[in-house]
Amino acid sequence: MADCGEADGPEKKDELVRAKNEGKELTKEEKQRLRKEKKQQKKQKDEKGPSERAKEKKPVAPSQPVATQPPTQKAPTVLPASAPIPVPASGAPSHSSPAPSPADKPAKSRAEQKAERRARQEADRASKQQSCSSSSKTKAPPSELNPVVKRLPEHVQVDDPAVVKRLAKKLERQQIPLRSDYGYKVSLFSHLHQYSRKAPLTQQLSIPSTVIHPSIVRLGLQYSQGIVVGSNARSVALLHAFKQVIRDYTTPPNEELARDLVNKLKPYISFLNQCRPLSASMGNAIKYIKKEISNIPSQFKEEEAKTKLQNCIDRYIEENVVLAAKAISKYAIEKISDGDVILVYGCSSLVNHILCEAYEKSRKFRVIVVDSRPRLEGREALRRLVQRGISCTYVLISALSYILPEVSKVFLGAHALLANGYVMSRVGTSQIALVARTFNVPVLVCCETYKFCERVQTDSFVSNELDDPDDLIVTRKGKTQLENWHDVSSLGLLNLVYDVTPPDFVDLVITDLGMIPCTSVPVVLRVKNLDQ
Amino acid sequence: MELQAVLMAAGGGSRMMDLTYNTPKPLLPVGNKPLIWYPLNLLERVGFEEVIVITTKEVQKMISTDPKTKLDVKMKLDIVCIQEDADMGTADALRHIQQKIKTDILVVSCDLITDAALHEVVDLFRAHNATLSMLMSKAHEFTETVPGQKGKKKTGEQRDFVGVDGTGKRLLFMANEADLDEGLVIRKSIMRKHPRMHIKTGLVDAHLYCLKKSVVDFLADNKSVSSIRGELVPYLVRKQFSKSMTSPNVNDEADQNLKKKDGNANLEIQILSRDEVLLQLTRERSCWNDHRGDMSEAYHGGRLRCYVHIMDEGMCYRVNTLAAYIEANRLAPKLFDEPAVHPSAAISVRCLIGADSIIGASCQISDKASIKRSMIGASTTVREKVKVTNSIIMHGVTIEEGCNIQGSVICSNAVIGRGADIKYCLVGSAQRIEPEGQ
Repeated sequence: MADCGEADGPEKKDELVRAKNEGKELTKEEKQRLRKEKKQQKKQKDEKGPSERAKEKKPVAPSQPVATQPPTQKAPTVLPASAPIPVPASGAPSHSSPAPSPADKPAKSRAEQKAERRARQEADRASKQQSCSSSSKTKAPPSELNPVVKRLPEHVQVDDPAVVKRLAKKLERQQIPLRSDYGYKVSLFSHLHQYSRKAPLTQQLSIPSTVIHPSIVRLGLQYSQGIVVGSNARSVALLHAFKQVIRDYTTPPNEELARDLVNKLKPYISFLNQCRPLSASMGNAIKYIKKEISNIPSQFKEEEAKTKLQNCIDRYIEENVVLAAKAISKYAIEKISDGDVILVYGCSSLVNHILCEAYEKSRKFRVIVVDSRPRLEGREALRRLVQRGISCTYVLISALSYILPEVSKVFLGAHALLANGYVMSRVGTSQIALVARTFNVPVLVCCETYKFCERVQTDSFVSNELDDPDDLIVTRKGKTQLENWHDVSSLGLLNLVYDVTPPDFVDLVITDLGMIPCTSVPVVLRVKNLDQ
Repeated sequence: MELQAVLMAAGGGSRMMDLTYNTPKPLLPVGNKPLIWYPLNLLERVGFEEVIVITTKEVQKMISTDPKTKLDVKMKLDIVCIQEDADMGTADALRHIQQKIKTDILVVSCDLITDAALHEVVDLFRAHNATLSMLMSKAHEFTETVPGQKGKKKTGEQRDFVGVDGTGKRLLFMANEADLDEGLVIRKSIMRKHPRMHIKTGLVDAHLYCLKKSVVDFLADNKSVSSIRGELVPYLVRKQFSKSMTSPNVNDEADQNLKKKDGNANLEIQILSRDEVLLQLTRERSCWNDHRGDMSEAYHGGRLRCYVHIMDEGMCYRVNTLAAYIEANRLAPKLFDEPAVHPSAAISVRCLIGADSIIGASCQISDKASIKRSMIGASTTVREKVKVTNSIIMHGVTIEEGCNIQGSVICSNAVIGRGADIKYCLVGSAQRIEPEGQ
């Protein structure tokens, strides 16, 4: 709360004091008041016109649950860094209020409800006064008054030239080259970046890279070339690279390690984002490491601080990747019975781990690996399973409805689990879940809790990743039909990477905290935030 | 720091003794710039800020004192001298500067003229955590007749056999024909891991290598390796597939070198043991493999990897023969965009200077001279009615009137007498050709 106090104006302070005094119920009042303010703000904005609205959206950051650290403004606010850090007292962050409020609405007594109503009326009156005064100075601190209006992240606004220019300026300031888009983009996805693998970002960097740490350059290359693929692998590789950065870091004079190191990491994160958009697990890992760095007490000597940070990273990986995999396999093995026919899709490191462990524990089952172009990751999954001795069948996704009658269970991996229960995973997963549901085959999603994110998405268009379109070009019998696809003006090649599966198609999510239904993801998120 | 650049400029130019007996090879003028300027320019363009230059005392003296050989590079040059007569190979030179090397190195030879995109080579080195990454180019036939040589000499025994995998990036096999007794022998372990190999012979080795620091440490322990190209590179390529490279246990090997290398590799592992765990975890969790069709993991579990980038287009020349020197002179000016005619040259009005020619500084070209497709060095005097075609004229040369010079190389400070007719000749430095000579 102390942090928020800096950003807010004086009018807010007495409200906050009241909030602290009157306890939890008033936070709901605040929420409702804020909602009303937001409606009024919107009305005002509509009068002013769309151009003003765009300007106002820019410096907005959610204020009440805001962490004033400037890094969070740069990070995409769909994963607001704010939420887990401050103020468990204020309850769940207001923008995901629909989900938790039904969850935390206990039965209230009459008296309490009356008190609530009275307090609400007072709050309304106060807010009306405040909104009149605030309308005069909307430009200056709009952040305090629109906590619920979120700023769209830059990577989903590529067709807006103002946003692109802003991004270019930011990268220039950090001395990172801008990667240019490639090829014609299908209109539905023209708001996303599309890069070519043949034009790596390192072309524009000097070779003995001085601006960016060499291990980060190496990591960026490995991401963009697809050598490090998969949510777990990417976050582990990222943390490994951060360990090397921390090892080579020296605090400049007159600077504090806690603040300077975080600033040092910012251009690296932008660079990695340019190479390949960050995944949800990477985002959470970055949030964790930034929090750890800023929490280093200032009396620590540099060596102590560095060892502490490296130990934190090791512990994070050990807990969230290695031990979580063990816990998840323990739960999942309970669900695998002898004689099962298990269907898996693509190459999920966690699902492969589970199946290998189940095989070690002498469960008798066979696996059907479903694969899809252009990545054909199923081949790697097939290799790993067959190497252990598991009997496998391999089909392409077009044969899905043909083999589903044989299948008894479907195990899917996830790239991220969204706050509304949707599962974000490799493109094709939602198809598998849909057809499995039609055949009444249970679908089990396995996901570690560090991949849960507070984003909400109901379709695959709004935020996705476009891979290199040239991957779709194939040469058969010496002929490449699509090699001149650039010349055909109305032809676009679309290579999507992710899609979202609605929770109705998923029967169970197996996490390291246990087996939960898909809709309990926000509960887990809240529990995790309280822990921190 | 990521990479340190090392420029090898101590070579003798043994294959073009006619040119180099007076001028050391790094200072031979190509397009009126000393040969050493080209790799230095390449490194500067890419973004290096300092270079370690290994050269002889003579070259160092000439660079620092002689005003004609000015290298206008902004980088810091750390010049290390070695004895001329010590007969040091390139690997010996690396051993000599082992103390200065703190990170991975990029070794360049002074006779490399190229416009290659260096980031391709370095990207292979970085992305795959390779031990060696090198640059090669498709060889171009030299079409110009070489003065002083009768006919085209096709040296068949000098072919290099280079084997790459399906992607064209991983280096599987490298041998020079001179080292092969009867036929090409390919070990079964290579064929088992890479059943499809493309063997190429028409490639020019650009002598540009990215090497890991552990290789330099290995060289320090193994004094028998003296040449990078001749011994070290084939050794590393062979060792990719040796048994002990893939298994963590080191069995007793007869090969002393192997043990040393494994000793170094083990040492490295001990130092980075904590980080190695994470890298191993990453590789396990990542669903990428560099090959498919067999049961082994990425890179077949091998820790030593060699990569090559083969340039299809673009310029890449190694100026170590006379033919290459002439070809380079023809094409090198395309690399830099300075005006073809140096502003300080005094050119009289009625002379014909073709578009492909380059005139150096302080030249004096008199009337009715005709210069086509030629390089004229600095401070050269060309008198009237001289026809210079397809030639390379170094600095300080005086060409008297009425000469006709075709397809020749005239070294520095030579004097060509009046009315001489020189066709496809190589005139050494400070020679005098009598008037009316042929």
